[in-house]
Amino acid sequence: MDTSAREKVLWSIGILVVLLYALIPVLWITSLSLKPTTEIGDGKFIPQTFTLDNYDQIFSTNLFNAALVNSIGIATISTLISIVLASMAAYALSRLDFPGKTLILSGALAIAMFPAISIVGPLFDMWRSLGLFDTWAGLIIPYLTFTLPLAIYTLSAFFREIPWELEQAARVDGATPFQAFRKVIVPLAAPGVFTSAILVFIFAWNDFIFANTLTSTENARTVPAALAFFTGGSQFEDPTGAISAAAVVVTIPIIIMVLIFQRRIVAGLTAGAVKG
Amino acid sequence: MAAAPTARAKEERKLAWMLCAPAVIVMLLVTAYPIGYAIVLSLQKYDLRFPDEKEFVGLANYGDVLSSSTWWSAIFNTLVITISSVTLELVLGMLIALVMHRAIFGRGPVRAAILIPYGIITVVAAFAWRYAFDPATGFVQGLPLVSDTANPLGERSGSFVVIVMTEVWKTTPFMALLLLAGLALVPEELGEAAKVDGAGPIQRFFRITVPLMKPAILVALLFRTLDAFRVFDTIFIQTRGANDTESVSILGYNVLINRVNLGLGSAVSVLIFICVILIATLFVKGLGASTAQQRGET
Repeated sequence: MDTSAREKVLWSIGILVVLLYALIPVLWITSLSLKPTTEIGDGKFIPQTFTLDNYDQIFSTNLFNAALVNSIGIATISTLISIVLASMAAYALSRLDFPGKTLILSGALAIAMFPAISIVGPLFDMWRSLGLFDTWAGLIIPYLTFTLPLAIYTLSAFFREIPWELEQAARVDGATPFQAFRKVIVPLAAPGVFTSAILVFIFAWNDFIFANTLTSTENARTVPAALAFFTGGSQFEDPTGAISAAAVVVTIPIIIMVLIFQRRIVAGLTAGAVKG
Repeated sequence: MAAAPTARAKEERKLAWMLCAPAVIVMLLVTAYPIGYAIVLSLQKYDLRFPDEKEFVGLANYGDVLSSSTWWSAIFNTLVITISSVTLELVLGMLIALVMHRAIFGRGPVRAAILIPYGIITVVAAFAWRYAFDPATGFVQGLPLVSDTANPLGERSGSFVVIVMTEVWKTTPFMALLLLAGLALVPEELGEAAKVDGAGPIQRFFRITVPLMKPAILVALLFRTLDAFRVFDTIFIQTRGANDTESVSILGYNVLINRVNLGLGSAVSVLIFICVILIATLFVKGLGASTAQQRGET
């Protein structure tokens, strides 16, 4: 009895430490975003005066609004295309027998480890001559390349778990091939596809190196790149509050998504890495 | 198995290739072709400020890079950041994985909490930690044992501490989840048997759990080491390479984008690519050896 009580206390402390460690920077930047400029240096976690001025300021600049639209648009389109292409490939890799399977899987793994900085120079040069520099397509294309390996690995791992015999069974029971696919396979595959989509979206949403090097204006600059070049309302104004507010705005949707789908994300992250 | 393929098998092959083709093309288009182009560029004198002077110079750019102290100090900085952050992540990730694996309660909140850093944009995490340590906007100076005027991001070792801390904060969750998946594969009975034989918890961990988890640990280390070696976002936001904190990726960026010297910058890019291949090869060899060893034993 004694040891279990002590164990419980130890676990509670451990859990508390982990929670604090994970949350402190988030709380700090949230607190900064709610402080007026005069109190930004007071070092207190709870603002003495709450203000939404910083939020007003960022939403009144086209710089942030355009970046937000670019981020959402580019990440969504990249996710949709990546998932369609990866689903096709993952179906073949997990269900069909063909030479070149190992080559594709190891090639995808190699691309997952590829250093982005190594191709930034050539892409910068190529995109400028192809007219893709500073466009949505100019970012979507590299995002596809770098999310496909992740998507292919997670989707193959999920697809291997699907009891495909059910499709046959449905056919025997008189379903058409399309019905069997839509009513049996789609519902079974949906969770895996959805999980992979979240992981791909987070990757595209997070990218900084391509967004920074392959864009130059509000045409295609996404939020991470815009944040790096943000300089406050006027030249002399400290941008800390505004950057914090922008950071909170782009963080909240991801945190909500991650918290709602935490089980799936964990399954997806480990399926791709361990089973692959 | 290797008999002449039947019509059906041929059909299957054709379908498989058609399904894989688009993904394979997109993956190659933006990696194989550009890296080939980077190699071509790296052999030329090609500065966008003086585009007319473009000419083939052989390996001269590589000579310039490899004989510059900037490159070697960037390599040194990158290795310092990579080794210290990956080591800390391994230790912390293992602790978190053990807490989650053994948790009597509270597994849900821990999982939710550690997923938050994973979901946050690296640039945002870098700003959050920078503001926390900056004397003008931070709370760190108010903590006990920390000087009220401390400005870690104003000097070299302090900058490294903040950069490593940010990297560790952001990526430990990934490490912990991979290790947790590895822990789940270790059979409970082995630990129980060793306990009966009188082995203490620390002995059980190092003699039973760790050896059985070796493949999982190596995979996690491989992913994180390569990731850490490419460190860019955090340094860009926190110091931009000031106080001699430039990593190889920051150096490549500065030469390519700020100085628009595509020839020299491409040589840096190709050298980074070679480093990544070397690191990956080392790990894959280690992984192969450890799985082979395990298969031999069981």
